[in-house]
Amino acid sequence: MTSQVNSTAEQADHAKPADSAAASQTGPAPTEGQHGAGTSKETRQLDRVIIRFAGDSGDGMQLTGDRFTSETASFGNDLSTLPNFPAEIRAPAGTLPGVSSFQLHFADHDILTPGDAPDVLVAMNPAALKANVGDLPAGAVLIVNTDEFTKRPMAKVGYATSPLEDGSLEAFQVHGVPLTTLTVEALKEFGLSRKEAERSKNMFALGLLSWMYHRPTEGTEAYLRKKFAKKPQLAQANVTAFRAGWNFGETTEDFAVSYEVAPASSAFQAGVYRNISGNLALAYGLVAASVQAELPLFLGSYPITPASDILHELSRHKNFGVRSFQAEDEIAGIGAALGAAFGGSLAVTTTSGPGVALKSETIGLAVSLELPLVVVDIQRGGPSTGLPTKTEQADLLQAMYGRNGEAPVPIVAPSTPADCFDAALEAARIALVYRTPVFLLSDGYLANGSEPWRVPDVEGLPDLRVRFASGPNHELADGSRVFWPYKRDAVTFARPWAVPGTAGLEHRIGGIEKQDGSGNISYDPANHELMVRTRQAKIDGVAVEDVRVDDPGGARVLVLGWGSTYGPIAAAVRRLRGEGVALAQAHLRHLNPFPANLGEVLASYERVVIPEMNLGQLATLIRAKYAIDARSHTQVNGMPFKAEELANALKEAINA
Amino acid sequence: MPNPTTPQTPTTTPETSTPAGATTPTAAGTSGAAASGVAGVPAVSPTGSQGGGRGLLSLVPRAEGKQSMKDFKSDQEVRWCPGCGDYAVLAAVQGFMPELGLARENIVFVSGIGCSSRFPYYMNTYGMHSIHGRAPAIATGLATSRRDLSVWVVTGDGDALSIGGNHLIHALRRNVNLKILLFNNRIYGLTKGQYSPTSEVGKITKSTPMGSLDAPFNPLSLALGAEASFVARTVDSDRQHLTSVLRAAAAHPGTALVEIYQNCNIFNDGAFEVLKDKDRALEAVIRLEHGQPIRFGAPAEDGLGSKGVVRDQASGDLRVVDVREEGTDGVLVHDARAASPTTAFALTRLADADTLHHTPIGVLRSVERPVYDTLMSDQLDQAIEAQGKGDLATLLAGNDTWTVTH
Repeated sequence: MTSQVNSTAEQADHAKPADSAAASQTGPAPTEGQHGAGTSKETRQLDRVIIRFAGDSGDGMQLTGDRFTSETASFGNDLSTLPNFPAEIRAPAGTLPGVSSFQLHFADHDILTPGDAPDVLVAMNPAALKANVGDLPAGAVLIVNTDEFTKRPMAKVGYATSPLEDGSLEAFQVHGVPLTTLTVEALKEFGLSRKEAERSKNMFALGLLSWMYHRPTEGTEAYLRKKFAKKPQLAQANVTAFRAGWNFGETTEDFAVSYEVAPASSAFQAGVYRNISGNLALAYGLVAASVQAELPLFLGSYPITPASDILHELSRHKNFGVRSFQAEDEIAGIGAALGAAFGGSLAVTTTSGPGVALKSETIGLAVSLELPLVVVDIQRGGPSTGLPTKTEQADLLQAMYGRNGEAPVPIVAPSTPADCFDAALEAARIALVYRTPVFLLSDGYLANGSEPWRVPDVEGLPDLRVRFASGPNHELADGSRVFWPYKRDAVTFARPWAVPGTAGLEHRIGGIEKQDGSGNISYDPANHELMVRTRQAKIDGVAVEDVRVDDPGGARVLVLGWGSTYGPIAAAVRRLRGEGVALAQAHLRHLNPFPANLGEVLASYERVVIPEMNLGQLATLIRAKYAIDARSHTQVNGMPFKAEELANALKEAINA
Repeated sequence: MPNPTTPQTPTTTPETSTPAGATTPTAAGTSGAAASGVAGVPAVSPTGSQGGGRGLLSLVPRAEGKQSMKDFKSDQEVRWCPGCGDYAVLAAVQGFMPELGLARENIVFVSGIGCSSRFPYYMNTYGMHSIHGRAPAIATGLATSRRDLSVWVVTGDGDALSIGGNHLIHALRRNVNLKILLFNNRIYGLTKGQYSPTSEVGKITKSTPMGSLDAPFNPLSLALGAEASFVARTVDSDRQHLTSVLRAAAAHPGTALVEIYQNCNIFNDGAFEVLKDKDRALEAVIRLEHGQPIRFGAPAEDGLGSKGVVRDQASGDLRVVDVREEGTDGVLVHDARAASPTTAFALTRLADADTLHHTPIGVLRSVERPVYDTLMSDQLDQAIEAQGKGDLATLLAGNDTWTVTH
């Protein structure tokens, strides 16, 4: 999460063990146990913690992470999350490719990233340990499900000897817990099969971690009862496992210390908050745009990772008049949306990179028809199928140029999960005002990551209402009044939006070049030149706010980013400033057109460094447009930048 | 939390203002047929949202005065090749439209790419000339979001069956309220004469100098296989028959597929001559009429055709017999409304792909089943009934919030 608070706490982003000297000791003192029981155990105060839950794809790690996140959010910490899972739904059990993990960073101050390295790793099996142990700093806490460390599961991932016994984990504080056995034992009264009972071991682990970090538990219990409302026995079993995990922490001597991370009150403006993921915020932004535009929302979409959740979410809001259409393919998804736009809907299509490729021709048609359309691209690793569940920013040039002919399209990119809400409203605004397709470029990191979000006051949302054409707009030489579908607004260059059902405005539009004004087919060379330049001028003239520069003064180097790299870049910049490096930061929300002041901003620094999760696509655009020697720092490993690595890279770029 | 570097953008521009009589999206398109769902467009009075109603045209506003063919001609010069079959179809459609009596502004023609796809430019209605093969998809979005419109798709054999084959079959299975006019000339005209997915095997064209290798589609068999609820065939040169089929299609609730055999006099001239030449047509064309025995050919003593279509008892397939030899007892009576598509399918297989002998024309199938647009609209109604009209503030807050005070 981002915030206006600029405390020295940024230094805390340095990886450090949870139990380091930075933690002030306040215990031993009784804590307010969630079950009312006092404890004689020691409690320590921490300013922040990074926890990673890791297990098999079927172990429910995403759910466990979600619940811990929800508990943490309702407690009032600032937080940032990073779910990381394979593309396979259920990869072979116990294998490295099947490991799914969820990392959560929470703090008593504002934080910007899900954290570089976990302070605590929960490993549900040998594969989870092996896949994640390399990320652990010395001194980290390691909670391991010992039940799974038998010969076969260990052999499967190449452990010849047990890492729990061979000393290879000496650098860490290892807690071996027979999670499966303890769960089955706790549930023995339920008459469940062993297999069924074992499934609740993630809730046992969640209970244990909830105890360790003093998380509120009511929300999780209520969640479980609701989720299993139709199977009360399972609901009770899961609640029981969850409580058993809590009680285990409370009673076992293995866990001598628990930790408190105070609410991050000073990092938050006053207001009502909730936790929100990028895809959810984006879906809400689209619904809000529909309400603010007073136009029905039409979504044409085809399932694709990591965008499908938006289709799912919008399908749940039919009581807002949302029509969600799961099409036969990507092309039909955008085709139906464009048809609905012609009919006067706020039209949206959602997809990821491969889907954008298929939609390109229709986006070109939308450019030619000059109809409003929001094209949401949740970028993922490419090319081709690439890394469907991992993040990347490599569709920027596709969004910018990926069409035949001169077909300019505005591009908006959110910078944090919660910002997806505002970015969706902004994309809709541009589409509606300028009658154009607009790209909304999110990515897998924003889509699945989450952070606290101050619930906006509906009254304060932008007014997106538009006026449909209602009568003739042109006078012919003979004095008769006619409707010209391509007669433009003098300021925005937008053409009138005349929807079917409006008498007297019957007109035909199409992808063939149109005569300026009348919209009739025209192959006239001069007219084509005029139309191409006019369409470009319309997009170049889209009004976007100036880019803001965060410059504490004296900086000679500007770090420029766009999209989801905001958090890691800002965290890296904080670190460097903490070390006394003068550094300015600016982040682009509008990639096309660029903010009007960008050229001036770039010119006022000796050096511009552009970190991106691609091979330098923004840098290419910046170098081409502003003819400056922008330095690129790139990473394409399917993961967001780590703040520390990025800080080091920036330092090198500055000194180079 | 919002990115501090990106504040809210002011949204007022000269073009943004309050539309008069705007409806809110929460109300739009949600009460029965309600409203067009669109601000500033006159609402249509609801007629109940159950599928019925002849062709669902009851949701489309009626024209105020009497209409004539002239009203449907646009001011654009028609640019098909002289002698093209498309002229006849255009004239038939323009001539038929006044009979429907719908408000012109509530009629939309959507097309893809190809010669026939220029059609919308010549209709004085709303129209969109889109991209190759995609018209059914675009029209689906329009028809499902605007049930007060009469939406027509104009397409060709290349457009609908090659590049757009996927959209065609899915529109048919969904039963979206679209009227699809498939101009089949068995050739690519606009790209100057390559073979099409309906060209006969061995067709010599510029791209197949040694003859085409592909087995052709039978568009009507394909449509029936895709669960089409209305399937018909007609011929460009038979204005009266063409009009009667258009009439039936317009009245059909759901997707109506009308295959129109259309002559390309430049690249595939005479492709359907056997069906048009008066003498030869007698033996080649089977005119189907619901409830009538399937007879054709030179008249027998009873005045009906001397040929009849019967079911082969052994194979269950259909075959043509001479009723003067085999009698009329076994001759099938055409039932376009049969629940099963089996006989309709068998009828589509009667014609000889090469000679076109025994080509049935008319309405092969016309059955009522739930219409996609209606079902979608009903779900919106049900959602409001179950959850109440959406409230944005409630949605955004969710169930799990905390409050920060200072």
